[in-house]
Amino acid sequence: MRRKGVNYSKFGYIFTFPFVLAFLIFSLYPILYTAVIGFTDMQGLIPKPIHIMDNPFQNFKDLLFDNVSFRKSLINTGLLWIVNFIPQIVLALLLTAWFTNKRLNIKGQGAFKVLLYMPNIITAGTIAVLFSTLFAYPMGPINSIFEMLGWSDAPIFFLQDKTTARGIVAFIQFWMWYGNTMIILVAGVMGINPALFESAAIDGANGFQTFFRITLPSLRTILLFTLITSMIGGLTMFDIPQLFLAGGPDDSTLTTSMFIYGQAFKGSYMYNRAAAASMIMFVIAAILSGLVFYLMRDRDAGRMKKAEKNYKKSAKAAAVREV
Amino acid sequence: MDHNHKNGTVTRKINKTIIYIVCIFLAVLSILPFWIMFVNATRSTAEIQSGLSLLPSTHMMSNLRVLLDKSFDPIQGFLNSFIISSSATILTVYFSSLAAYGLVTYDWKLRKPFFTFILCVMMIPSQASAIGFYQFMYKIHWTNSFLPLILPAIAAPAVVFFMRQYLLATLSIEIVEAARVDGSGEFKTFNRIILPLMMPAVATQAIFAFVANWNNLFMPLILLTQKEKYTMPVMVSLLRGDIYKTEFGSIYMGLALTALPLFVVYFLLSRYIIAGVALGGVKE
Repeated sequence: MRRKGVNYSKFGYIFTFPFVLAFLIFSLYPILYTAVIGFTDMQGLIPKPIHIMDNPFQNFKDLLFDNVSFRKSLINTGLLWIVNFIPQIVLALLLTAWFTNKRLNIKGQGAFKVLLYMPNIITAGTIAVLFSTLFAYPMGPINSIFEMLGWSDAPIFFLQDKTTARGIVAFIQFWMWYGNTMIILVAGVMGINPALFESAAIDGANGFQTFFRITLPSLRTILLFTLITSMIGGLTMFDIPQLFLAGGPDDSTLTTSMFIYGQAFKGSYMYNRAAAASMIMFVIAAILSGLVFYLMRDRDAGRMKKAEKNYKKSAKAAAVREV
Repeated sequence: MDHNHKNGTVTRKINKTIIYIVCIFLAVLSILPFWIMFVNATRSTAEIQSGLSLLPSTHMMSNLRVLLDKSFDPIQGFLNSFIISSSATILTVYFSSLAAYGLVTYDWKLRKPFFTFILCVMMIPSQASAIGFYQFMYKIHWTNSFLPLILPAIAAPAVVFFMRQYLLATLSIEIVEAARVDGSGEFKTFNRIILPLMMPAVATQAIFAFVANWNNLFMPLILLTQKEKYTMPVMVSLLRGDIYKTEFGSIYMGLALTALPLFVVYFLLSRYIIAGVALGGVKE
């Protein structure tokens, strides 16, 4: 049994090394670099040596207090997220309640899931351009439908009105993601101990009671997880508003990611301002991920520690009793 | 009692009808925009302007000709996207599996801190580091190269997390020990025995990594400025430009071409994709 002496622990380091290396080069270094640029006056096409400004927080101050466009982009991002998330979670919960109700026994669930999830897999950019073409003025498919149904007398210029433009962006986001959320929630319900539902049925609970008293509380973790991942996704929303109307009309669909992209890569080369905006976004994302981290921490380890403590306590108690 | 029972059955039937109507409406809502896209790709701009139709017409080839005349090269875009997405996918699943295996199998001092670290960095959006990343790539002359779109895929924290959960549930350490007794080296054990065992998880993650890379717009848009390097999503942005302003037929054709590969993949693999989405959500 000489093998017993072999120490394999170094393989833990070796096997995770490529991950760590790639992370250091392609994530950590760029983040730190971005942070540094946020404190400099780096502007213009030709790279200059790094020069920290006299007041290092000038860029942040300008963005937060003086830049109307940036503030607008933050508000838009929040607004677009809320308007898409609330209907998304409500519809997903409703479908989940229907699909998991054994008494209703809905047929064709597999096909419905495939179809409702479908928009999620198609390139967001393609969908954005598609919708801007569908809503074309004066003659586009949506205007034709409205005319056919008698909903409008004259063609509507959807893309020039702030409210409809925002509404369409939020709708696309909702339409692409509710299927995904629904599948996750249905899987979550499948994971709930069936004995809970059985005892609820024996106690004579109706569909509503079962859903609100058993299903929803058991889904708490998954719902929170969905909420936070959706928040971070919403915070970085870029593809759809960028290719839908490129921020218009009148910056009403300009999001924070688009602001960053616009400052740095659309001819003005304001890398310092874009970097400072990225850092503000990073801080918001970090706070949100902190919540995810708290949610997903290694529960088994926590439980084991607790059990160990209890065991020690009882052992101690037993020892005391013996004395 | 009997009356009550009957009443319940009737209301349930009405409820069920309403539910089916809602579900069918939602399904139509999922299909209709894409249906219009594919149909309009075959109609002339004049036909599109004159109103909606759900039946294809005969102008597919002329739309395609107009589209290709204006320097829209879907085959090049497809190839570029394919090279980037498949290379990135291979790197992601291999190195994530390796890291997850290292996390689960070996007892090393930094194991717990490393796992905590993965949880911490799982949610960092790529936009947050984009400016520094771009400047870095600009300095080492890697803009207009595919490498900055492929190599970062080695570090995919969310995939490591998923693989770790999978290994914790399925791997028995006896297999590893048996391989050691047989004189297999640690790398060989991983490549020959563990990786094949992980195939279900690898396949799921590969599909999602591929689709995510394929659909990525932000990074390629920043890094690629030469037209012949454009990926599919960047090419889509060309369709919004002035050159196609009134050529609706060819815009729809371009959109249909960028979406078509994804539809094919989706309908071939939809069962696995739906199962994968469900698995990804159950993080407990």
